[in-house]
Amino acid sequence: MADWETVIGMEVHVQPKTRSKMFCGCSVADVNEPPNTHVCEICLGLPGTLPAINRAAVEACIKTALALRCEIPRHTKFDRKNYMYPDLPKGYQISQYDLPMSVNGLLEVDGRKVRIRRVHLEEDTGKLVHAGDKLHKAWESYVDLNRAGVPLMEIVSEPDLRSADEARDYAIELRTVLRAIGASEADMEKGQLRAEPNVSIRRAGTDALGVKTELKNINSFRALHRAILYEVDRQQKLLETGGTVVQETRGWSEDEERTFSQRSKEFAEDYRYFPEPDLPPLELDRAWIEELRAALPELPAIRRARLVSQHGLTAGQAAIISADRDLADLYETAVMQGAPPLPTANWIVNEVAPTGKLLDPAYLAELMTMLQAKDITRDQAREAYFESVETGRTPAEIVAEHGYRQVSDESELRVIAEAVIDANPKAVADYRNGKTQALNALLNELRKKAPQANPKVARELLLKLLG
Amino acid sequence: MTDDLTSLTIQDATRLLRLGSISSADLVTAHVERIERVDPRVKAYLRLTQDLWETQADEADRKIRRGDAGPLAGIPIAIKDVLCVRGVETTAGSQILRGFRPPYTGTAVSRLFEAGAVMLGVTNCDEFAMGSSTENSGYFPTHNPWDLERVPGGSSGGSAAAVASGEAIIALGTDTGGSIRQPAALCGVVGMKPTYGRVSRYGLIAFASSLDQIGPFARSVDDAALTLSLMAGYDPLDSTSSDRAAMEVLNNYGAGVKGMRLGVPREYYDVAGIEPGVKAAIDAALFILQKQGAEIVDVSLPHTDYGLAAYYIIAPAECSSNLARFDGVRYGLSEVDAPNITAEYSRTRRKGFGTEVRRRVMLGTYALSSGYYDAYYLKAQKVRTLIKRDFDAAFEKCDAVVSATSPTVAFPIGSKTQDPLSMYLCDVLTLGGNLAGLPGISVPCGTSDGLPVGLQVLGPQWGENVVFRVARAYEEASEMKAGVATPGPSPRRGEG
Repeated sequence: MADWETVIGMEVHVQPKTRSKMFCGCSVADVNEPPNTHVCEICLGLPGTLPAINRAAVEACIKTALALRCEIPRHTKFDRKNYMYPDLPKGYQISQYDLPMSVNGLLEVDGRKVRIRRVHLEEDTGKLVHAGDKLHKAWESYVDLNRAGVPLMEIVSEPDLRSADEARDYAIELRTVLRAIGASEADMEKGQLRAEPNVSIRRAGTDALGVKTELKNINSFRALHRAILYEVDRQQKLLETGGTVVQETRGWSEDEERTFSQRSKEFAEDYRYFPEPDLPPLELDRAWIEELRAALPELPAIRRARLVSQHGLTAGQAAIISADRDLADLYETAVMQGAPPLPTANWIVNEVAPTGKLLDPAYLAELMTMLQAKDITRDQAREAYFESVETGRTPAEIVAEHGYRQVSDESELRVIAEAVIDANPKAVADYRNGKTQALNALLNELRKKAPQANPKVARELLLKLLG
Repeated sequence: MTDDLTSLTIQDATRLLRLGSISSADLVTAHVERIERVDPRVKAYLRLTQDLWETQADEADRKIRRGDAGPLAGIPIAIKDVLCVRGVETTAGSQILRGFRPPYTGTAVSRLFEAGAVMLGVTNCDEFAMGSSTENSGYFPTHNPWDLERVPGGSSGGSAAAVASGEAIIALGTDTGGSIRQPAALCGVVGMKPTYGRVSRYGLIAFASSLDQIGPFARSVDDAALTLSLMAGYDPLDSTSSDRAAMEVLNNYGAGVKGMRLGVPREYYDVAGIEPGVKAAIDAALFILQKQGAEIVDVSLPHTDYGLAAYYIIAPAECSSNLARFDGVRYGLSEVDAPNITAEYSRTRRKGFGTEVRRRVMLGTYALSSGYYDAYYLKAQKVRTLIKRDFDAAFEKCDAVVSATSPTVAFPIGSKTQDPLSMYLCDVLTLGGNLAGLPGISVPCGTSDGLPVGLQVLGPQWGENVVFRVARAYEEASEMKAGVATPGPSPRRGEG
């Protein structure tokens, strides 16, 4: 059993962040907008219309290619991939065949070097909604062309991944990179990132590739992981019982937790690629490419390593902060402006990342300094943080206005603590009978009366008074 | 009176309009009456656009009175059925697009509308511009106004016939392998195919995208040049359109041919099947040009023989893809009563497309198929490069190339429909210009057996002004103005 090796190559389709579609001026629709509301004569493929290339999509593709350390050839062109399907209004998809925008890249994921074969641009198709079963059996089928012509980058890796874990981590790292460079929001749930693994297995120690299957309909990283596990298991059982793997496209069924054989779009897949005569070959301006290269932000993997080595963050903190360019920028700018590194990292991981509410870095530095100096409590800091986000006023102003301060002086707290003990005889009795949790009830009462109390000092004081 | 108004050039008509002698409405009325009289026999028009001509003529008259009229204000124009006009049924001569009304107007047509042109109607053509006689129309054939038993040429036969029979002052056509120049020759009018990229193709229902160009039909070289200058120029909606200045097509074009070198390619001069009468007319034209001071030089286009073969790979390959969108799902003919989507596709397409279109879709699909691509499509593209080089070499020896436009005069209706190959040979002198992307014109140069002969002038890339210059010098010296035919109830040659 242990002598099988899994081999996975990934095809990932990513929707670059653009306002308009790939070849027309239509705005890119959100997932749940009414059907056929983001369409024009061009993306409807009406007779007589012609495509015109969206520069923003080309820019996003070049940035992605550069971040993935690809070569960008001097000449690139678009081709027609011909097949008839009702979701494809022109009867062909404009894609790139033999001269893609970029080739020969690399993405490192946890020390594994995954070679990128190519990153190219194409257009998405529309969507079919069937009343009934599949297209050939449906009573009625509806075509929604909101997505037709939406730009897509196709990122194809070499078969360098060796497990479901690696494939998932690769996809996550890719998303992180795409977000960091601003090329895509890469939200899987919105269909902005679609991963299609090509899975095969072979006897460990052999070089020849086994017969692969391509998995589709994967809507989350979790599904990606599970689909590969299922598929590897399926192939293994087949091969171990004398069967053979058929090269095919298989869909992942989330409900049934299995892959199933899918009919191909055309019975014989001959796409009759030829150069798109409506678009002249592109000769990308080298100066523009160099400009984009120079403007590329630090890549997440590098930033992550630096946050650990230079700032002393834990690997977990560094991963969360570097995964989001906004968080990482906020962290580093705040630290540069005097915020204490570790408490700030902690703050960003616990307070900012879950809420997505970003404060001006200078304000964050100011707040973190107050917190570290124990001038205010953590609760107060949180209140001040969100109030500052909403009002734009400085944390210092807010703290002053509310009279926030942290009292760490026992003598100031003693009167309140005594009053709490007097008012809660039951809790006091419970505590004295060995129910240590009762202390928390008393502490909460104290903090209600004195929010400014330093929690640590208050706790010690209560313990002392209860003797 | 009204017939006088239907044989005018733009220049003549504009003078009368500006003087106030006639209104645009008068001009339109004269043409509509003429259409009512002759079109039942010529059948140049598929549809008339009364709503458009009424509003456009009104607008033109208002602007002429106000003094801010455009250069085509009030000029009646006919538009080939492959050019989309908002709200006007546009079918590319095909049943498959019956009822299709585009929600937009193509760039070239809009520019002429902005210049004040008044659209009379949509003209007949071979289905999806595939043909050389307009007999492949999905509706009916058009007849040559000079002899109703004969074809007007094609594919823009309706536009050529409309101008030739006084049913429009100018018309738009498209030229993929000769579809403007050949019908212009056969109908005795001027027809101009610009350099590929000179005019935006946005709104042109594509036949073969890398070959198609929109161009004008007119009664004079001046009219053709003016019309082209108004629709040329960069269009962000067509990435293959050039940003060269539109007005350069007029540069120095009235300068005459004195001192110019005009190349006569021997492969064109002695092309197989050229009729003696056509050759004689060309010889006479060459003599006139020489007398005007041009030097006639011998040039060679050695790959001419391969041009036809390459063309009939490239054009069908592109059309097989361009026509895939006609699937009955969104517009046009739809055979919905089918058991499944695949059957719906094939029923719709079998019913909607004519024989020639189906033939070319199949040829092109085959040529692009895996395993055949290199042998056919790629090889054809290499031949195309060789043909471009032939022209490059020729233009080192001469300023323009002259030849017959068509080896024959208009042929009898039905005489070639059973033999596609003989029909394909109609374009043997014109399709080189499409493969090389060059500008070319056909101007009337006399008759053979009483039927018009066309002289073709081809220029280097972006050399429309050179082409117009030679054509205009010839037109002036030969006094060979495009005539207007008045077809009788029985076949009768029109007056020249």
